[in-house]
Amino acid sequence: MSEYSIIGKPTTNVDGAAKVTGEAEYTFDMTLPNMLYGKLLRSPHPHARIVSIDTSEALKLPGVKAVITGKDTPGGKYGLWRRFSELSDQEALATTKVRFIGDPVAAIAATSEDIAEEALDLIQVEYEPLPAVFEPLEAIKDDAPLVHEDFENNINATRHIEWGNVDEAFKKADYVREDRFNLLGQHPAPMEVHSSVASYDKGSGRLTVWSSTQSPYFLQLGLADALKMREGNIRVIKPHVGGGFGGKNSTMPDSVNAAVLSMKTGRPVKIVFSREEEFTTTEHRTSMHLAIKIGLKKDGTLLAKEVKIITDGGAYTGLGATTLYLAGTWITFPYKTPSYRYDGFRTYTNKMWASSVRGFGATSALYASETQLDRAARDLGMDPLEIRRKNAMTPGYEAPGQYKVESCGLLPCIEKMEQRVKQKWSKLSKDEGIGFAAFAYMSGGIFNWIDTPYAFSGAMVKVNIDGTVDLFTQASDIGQGTNTVNVMICAEELGIGIEDIRLHPADTATTLTDLGAWGSRETLMNGNAVKAAAAEIKNKLIEVARLKLGENIVYDLDAKDKRIYLALRPERGFSYYDVVKDAIKGNDGEPLVGIGHYTPHRKGMVSPAFAMGIMGIRAKVDRETGQVEVKEVIAVHDCGQTINPLGARGQVEGSIQMGLGFGLCEDLPTENGLILNPSFVDYKLVRTREMPQIELFDVPTYDPEGPYGAKEAAEATTAPTAPALANAICNAVGVEFDSNVLKLEKVFKALKEKEAKEKGKRRR
Amino acid sequence: MKKELKFVVNGESYDLWVEPKTLLVQVLRDELGLKGTKWCCDSGSCCACAVILDGKVVKSCSILALQANGKEVLTIEGLANGTELHPIQQAFIDNWAFQCGFCTSGQIMATKALLAENPKPTREEIQLAMDGHLCRCTGYNMINEAIQDAAERLQTQKAQEGAK
Repeated sequence: MSEYSIIGKPTTNVDGAAKVTGEAEYTFDMTLPNMLYGKLLRSPHPHARIVSIDTSEALKLPGVKAVITGKDTPGGKYGLWRRFSELSDQEALATTKVRFIGDPVAAIAATSEDIAEEALDLIQVEYEPLPAVFEPLEAIKDDAPLVHEDFENNINATRHIEWGNVDEAFKKADYVREDRFNLLGQHPAPMEVHSSVASYDKGSGRLTVWSSTQSPYFLQLGLADALKMREGNIRVIKPHVGGGFGGKNSTMPDSVNAAVLSMKTGRPVKIVFSREEEFTTTEHRTSMHLAIKIGLKKDGTLLAKEVKIITDGGAYTGLGATTLYLAGTWITFPYKTPSYRYDGFRTYTNKMWASSVRGFGATSALYASETQLDRAARDLGMDPLEIRRKNAMTPGYEAPGQYKVESCGLLPCIEKMEQRVKQKWSKLSKDEGIGFAAFAYMSGGIFNWIDTPYAFSGAMVKVNIDGTVDLFTQASDIGQGTNTVNVMICAEELGIGIEDIRLHPADTATTLTDLGAWGSRETLMNGNAVKAAAAEIKNKLIEVARLKLGENIVYDLDAKDKRIYLALRPERGFSYYDVVKDAIKGNDGEPLVGIGHYTPHRKGMVSPAFAMGIMGIRAKVDRETGQVEVKEVIAVHDCGQTINPLGARGQVEGSIQMGLGFGLCEDLPTENGLILNPSFVDYKLVRTREMPQIELFDVPTYDPEGPYGAKEAAEATTAPTAPALANAICNAVGVEFDSNVLKLEKVFKALKEKEAKEKGKRRR
Repeated sequence: MKKELKFVVNGESYDLWVEPKTLLVQVLRDELGLKGTKWCCDSGSCCACAVILDGKVVKSCSILALQANGKEVLTIEGLANGTELHPIQQAFIDNWAFQCGFCTSGQIMATKALLAENPKPTREEIQLAMDGHLCRCTGYNMINEAIQDAAERLQTQKAQEGAK
C-alpha cells in the first residue's frame, strides 16, 4: 500500500547501539578536565525573607573554590513566558526572599561533591519566616500572603476562552449536569536527574553548557536572560537525555548556577541534582480544582460546556500558564462543542512550581470531562461509545477563533474499538468492568510566549561527494525517538538509506533553532524542516539528472532507493551517488547544502494538526481491599501517517504507564509545603508486574500539514488512560470519583460509602 | 583509611585502593570510567545500577566496592564480543526496548542473569524477575518482549553451537 521506502517501516533506533552498550553519554556521566562540582543550598522555609547569608566559613574549607549568593549572580530574571516580562519570575539564587522549600539561596563549587556537600553546612543563613500559602483557594483570598508582591491575590495567569452562546444553549438543553473535581499532580520522574556542566571561556567571554534539557534553545535563552549575556555567546549542547516528560523545559538552578560558578572560577562546573532534589525542586504536573458543566439534548448531543479551573501553580511560572490555557482547550476535545466558556486561573503558592508534564493540561482535563461524560451517558441511558460517537469531531471541524481539525480519524477509531471490544470483552468475570475515554492531542503548539524571532523549527542537510549526508537539527531526542524519525524523513526524501546519514543533533552553535521537545512537536514541526531541507537537495539533484537525461521538462523525476529516475519510466535514470558527484563537480564544487524551516501559519491558536483516538480498559476491583488490577488496554489512535511504527508504539506504551500512574498511584502529598515522598521508595511508579498488555490499533489518516501526513504520537494516550480506568472501575463496582490516584484506600472508602448508602435506602 | 580492592571487571584484573565507604557503582563509574552503569535513585530502589557479580545480579549502589574484593564483575561494557553485540543487546534494539536508555544497562544485565538461570522464562517469570527495575519510558511490555526474544536467540545460538 505504501509508496514509501522508509516511512512507515519499523526502524530500529539510530542511537540503539550506543544505548545498549553503555557508550551513550548523558550529562550525568560527563567529566571535563579540571572540573569542579557544584551544590546548592536550599531554603528550609516555604516563605521567608533573607536577612543575611554568611559564606565565610564555607569558603575556608579546603577544596572549596567558590561560594555564591544571589548578589554574586548577574541578577537577570528569567522564565519561559518571555513575551510577558512580569512572568520572567525566576532568579538564579533568591535575592530578597525564598518562596518554597527548596528555593536555592547559595551555591558552592568544590573539587569534589563530598566537599561541596560538607561546605553547604558551613553557610549561615538568617531567615525571617513569613506567613505562607499552600492552597489555591486560600491564595486568592484578599488577606492571603503574597508570593510575588506585584501579583494581586496571587493570580499568576488567567485565561478566558468562549465561543457560541453558552447561556442560550444551556437553556435549550434537556439535560444539564455539573461536576467538580480535585485533580492531583504528578512528577515526571525521569530516570536521569537534572544535570548540567558549564564551561566559561574567559578569553572569549563565551559559555558552553551541556545539560539534560528538552530544549537547548529555551535553555540558551534562559541563560542569556539570567546571566545578561548575548545569546549567541552561549552554546548549549544536549547530550543523550535520560527522559524529560515535560519536566525539563525550564531553565533550572543547575545550569544557571553551574554557569555562574564557572564564570567565577574559570573552571568547568558540574551540578547534578540528588533524587530528593529532583522530586522536591523540579517541575511537576499541576494539581487543580475543576468545575465542569455540560448541557445535552436527550439524544446525547452536546450543546454547551462551561469550565472553571484554578490551578495550584507554586512559586514560579514555568510553563504553567500554558498548561492553564491547554487544560481549557483540551477539555473541549475530541467533541463538537457548539458553545463553550472557560475561565482559568493559575495561582502562585509557596510550593515547588508546576509546569508542563506529558499530556500538558489534557491529562487532568480529560479525567474530568471523560468521567463526566460517562455519568451523563448513564443518566441518559446511553452506551458510552454511542455518546462519544454522537459528538465525535470529524474532519474539518472548527472551534471558532480557536482551532481547526483537518484530518480526524476519530469515528473509525471508535468503530474499531467497538468491534474489538465485542470480540474480546463481551464476557467479564465478577467485579470486572470496562471503561472508555476518547482523546485528542496537538502536534506541536502554535504558541510563541518564548518570543522567538526564528522559525519554530529548522534543519540543514549537507551532502558529501560520496553521497553520505550530514543532517544538522536542533530537535531534542530525550528518548522519544526523534533522532530516528528525522533520519528516516531525510532518507525518504532523498531516496537513500538510514546508513547514509550521520545526524548532528541538538547543539545551538551548529544547528538551526528548534523550540525543543514539548507538546509532541518534533515529528510534525522538525520533521517538516528536515523534509524541506532534504527536498532542496533532492530538487538540485533532479535538475542535474534531468540535464544528464536530456529529457523534455514535462517529465517528472523521482528520487528513491538510491536512484534518480523518470517517474513514468523508472529504468531510465542514474544512481544517486553518481548524480551527487556530478552535482558537486559540475558546479564549481559548490557545497551541496539544503536548509529547511517550518512555522505553522493560518492554523488557529492551538496546533496545526491533532492526533485522535479512543482507549478502552478492562479492570478488576477487589471489593475486600479496594485494590484495582488493570487487566488489559485497547488503544486505537489516529496519528496520521505513522513515521516509525516501532517508536510510535513505544510512545503509546510509555504514555499509558504514566497515565496509569496518574490514575492509580503517583501523587505528591505535601505538608506545609514540604513534599512528603521524595524517593522512588515512597513515590510509586507503575512497575512491570502492574503493567497490563496493550493492544494498539492504528487508524491511519493523512494530515496535509504533517511530513508525509504525520501527526503526533508521543503524548496523546497519557490523557485517556486514567479516565478510562475510572470508568472501568465504575462499570465494575459502581463507584464514581472526583479525583485521580485511585489507591486502594480511596476505592475501599468509596465502596463502603456506597454500601452504607444502599443499606440506608433499604431501611427507609 | 583506604583499603586494597583486587577484582576482575569485564575480564580485566584491577588492583585499587579505595575508601571503605566507597560504593561499587562509584568505583565502576569514577575510578574505572565505566559510565554505562547508571546511578539513579539514591535509595536502592530503581536497579539502573545493576551489574553481575560472580554470576548474580546486584545493585552496585547498594554494596560496598570492597565487597567485590576477589570477585568478578560484569558490566554493560563487557557484554558485547568486540564489535559484535550480545544477543540480548540486539534483541533490545530490535524490539525498541529502550527509549531514553538510562535504565537500559541495568535491564540488560538483569536479563543476562535471568536467562542464565531460566533460559525460557514466561512473561510472568520475566515480570517477577524484573520487578525492581524502574523504567519511565517504555511501559515495560517492549522490554519483556525483548527478553523473550533474547531467550529465543540464545536458545538458537546454543542449538547451533551444539550442532557444530
